[in-house]
Amino acid sequence: MTSETMAADATAQPDIIRPYGDTTGDGMVQMSFTLPVPHDKRAEGAALQLAAKMGLDPALLVHAKAMGPDFTFFVVYGRVHHLVDLRQVEVVEREFPLLSPKEVNRAIKTRLRRKLVVVGACIGTDAHTVGIDAILNIKGFAGEKGLEYYREIKVVNLGAQVLVPELVARARAERADAVMVSQVVTQKDAHIHNTTTMSAAFREAYPAGKVPLLVVGGPRFEEGSAERLGVDRIFGRGTTPGEVASYLVHALTAPTAPTAKETSR
Amino acid sequence: MKPLLDLDPAVVRRARSLARKAGNPVVRLATSHTTVSVERATLRLAGLAGADHERVPWVNHLVDQVRDQVGLEHGVTTPVFDALRRGEAEDLLTLAQKAASGSVSFRLPQGREATRAQAAARREVGRGIRTIDRQRVVRERLVKRHGDPKQRPWIYLIVATGDIYEDIPQAQAAAREGADVIAVIRSTGQSLLDYVPEGATREGYAGTYATQENFRLMRAALDETSKELGRYIRLTNYASGLCMPEIATLAGLERLDMMLNDSMYGILFRDINPVRTFVDQRFSRQIHARAGIIINTGEDNYLTTADAVEAAHTVTVSQLLNEYFAKEAGLEDWQLGLGHAFEINPDLPDSFRMELAHALLARQLFPDAPLKWMPPTKHMTGDVFRGYLLDGFFNLVGAMTGQGILLVGMMTEAVVTPFLSDRDLALQNVRYVMNAAGGLTEDFHPPRDGFIQTRARQVLTEAVDLLDAIVHDSDAAGDPPLLAAIADGTFGLMKRPANAGKGLDGVVRRAPGYDNPATTLLETGETR
Repeated sequence: MTSETMAADATAQPDIIRPYGDTTGDGMVQMSFTLPVPHDKRAEGAALQLAAKMGLDPALLVHAKAMGPDFTFFVVYGRVHHLVDLRQVEVVEREFPLLSPKEVNRAIKTRLRRKLVVVGACIGTDAHTVGIDAILNIKGFAGEKGLEYYREIKVVNLGAQVLVPELVARARAERADAVMVSQVVTQKDAHIHNTTTMSAAFREAYPAGKVPLLVVGGPRFEEGSAERLGVDRIFGRGTTPGEVASYLVHALTAPTAPTAKETSR
Repeated sequence: MKPLLDLDPAVVRRARSLARKAGNPVVRLATSHTTVSVERATLRLAGLAGADHERVPWVNHLVDQVRDQVGLEHGVTTPVFDALRRGEAEDLLTLAQKAASGSVSFRLPQGREATRAQAAARREVGRGIRTIDRQRVVRERLVKRHGDPKQRPWIYLIVATGDIYEDIPQAQAAAREGADVIAVIRSTGQSLLDYVPEGATREGYAGTYATQENFRLMRAALDETSKELGRYIRLTNYASGLCMPEIATLAGLERLDMMLNDSMYGILFRDINPVRTFVDQRFSRQIHARAGIIINTGEDNYLTTADAVEAAHTVTVSQLLNEYFAKEAGLEDWQLGLGHAFEINPDLPDSFRMELAHALLARQLFPDAPLKWMPPTKHMTGDVFRGYLLDGFFNLVGAMTGQGILLVGMMTEAVVTPFLSDRDLALQNVRYVMNAAGGLTEDFHPPRDGFIQTRARQVLTEAVDLLDAIVHDSDAAGDPPLLAAIADGTFGLMKRPANAGKGLDGVVRRAPGYDNPATTLLETGETR
């Protein structure tokens, strides 16, 4: 696309928009919800009240149906008067692009030219392998297959209650590119303590600049605390295997950017 | 009724004989080994229950102690009942408690003492077996009293809140809305626990722990609802993972009606050691056979990891292997809820015709099994409107091909845990299709050598080829061909060698004098 046509498009696109039903600017939306009341006139009035409070005016109750004796399901159409200002939309970019398993495999094959090795474990007393298994096991999580599914990734999952020296030894033996640790238990800040112990042990065991990529995951890590904990990346609740795989490709095989290995002291 | 597909009976026979050939050496492996979980299940049948203050079950303590002192090669019951006869403790529970603190010394009794210990063990384990027998009779009586669902397929719905006390009202509501079978999904990760948690549980991850008490509570609640609705509501849980034999045993004792129990799922998708899995699986299937439990197999998993068109034949292979292992363990056709799923990419041309062909193939290969038909998950995108349509087509295949158990698809699959309204809408979808098209089985006859017949034959041929490759597989260690095939990644791309995987350290080769009264009673059908 030339700069001229881009400019033309930009002028054609207004900055202020409304939802589109069948006419520009009509503001029509559709929604459905359930209220915990039996289906009667009062329930329908309650649904319209909710719609009005949500900014639908006029609101059209097109469907109401009892769902058992205590609940009613509604479908509501209506006009919203809210304006959307496209100039105020902020897009937070992930620092890495999300890749499909095929793209991940291809990137590893062409750029690394060997399999990418991941060693994973739950360390310390933590026996909750839910997180690490969701990411590593082929069964996966949220409809995405785990890293085992990726042809170009070799996964060594050590399971629960692995001692830090054991993890370091295994990572060295497997020549791990990345080490992945899951920490669910947070009593007495066990997750923080375990993570710093782990990162310190890796820095001690490896020559500078050769430490594998250290990745931790768990529901209670603070965002932005990776550096403080001495790891390269933290993943929180709801992370899917695809995101982790994409990150590994980004951090370990990115052709231009310095690899995370080098940046991580 | 005239068969809908024109399959060559010789090819079908060959498929079954290859499955037998692949499975038989694995059965021999299963009968020459035991596992910690099989031994723990045996102690549970003898009446040992409960856990210490750290929630470690007493069966784990006792099996670990016996293993440390005399090994499990001869079975756990002989040294345990010998210790009781010697007066080390007055009952099993006390013995387990004392053993846990290290104050019992076990030995392997010889001669007459061994015979006496084994007789005592058989007497106690026999009580557990008879409880299972009684529960089966109770089920038969309740089914007779309340009745089976009026329609086929039975409607199967999942609840999973993590809290058994939340699950119960949800399950009862689902039954009132039309569910015939309630499945309580297990907490993520339970399959990798090498013990069964105890008691009623209120926290789980994306599911509720399978415990004896949770089983009992849910079954009692559904008995109430069955009475209220005049329809026997079946309860399902999962006999899989490292404690498969124990969970099967608890299911038998607490009258669960169906159990997920696949022959290779744990190996392939949970990286559980293959030998451990096959040993545990045989015992659990013997229990299910005895308890009158319908097993559900997990072929849907093959289609979510691989392309549903390219991998269609792996479903057939797995069904044939599951059938062989099930029948070998004593299960009858009516107990085989062999799985398959509607997972073909809807953007492909003729995707619906292929789904019909695959579903009919399963139907015709296993005419007397209550096949379990599972809804789309992989191609549910978050577009709930399109998902609702896809579920409608899934239901239509179920109606047209006479499936036995239909797992209700949710339009919010892969979006959120189903809303109350999602479940209601999903059941409306099922009811509409059954009502509108349930009779289509009568009119629907795919033309001879048409698309559907040709596709079904092609899948069957590919299945036979794969089975042929499996029985000719081999490895350096001389493992059974099926294990060699699993090791080199024949199934679902995963390589699972026989000497690796979780739970391997819990596998023990049986010694010549091995005795397990549960196995004996299950094999012979005796009651005491």
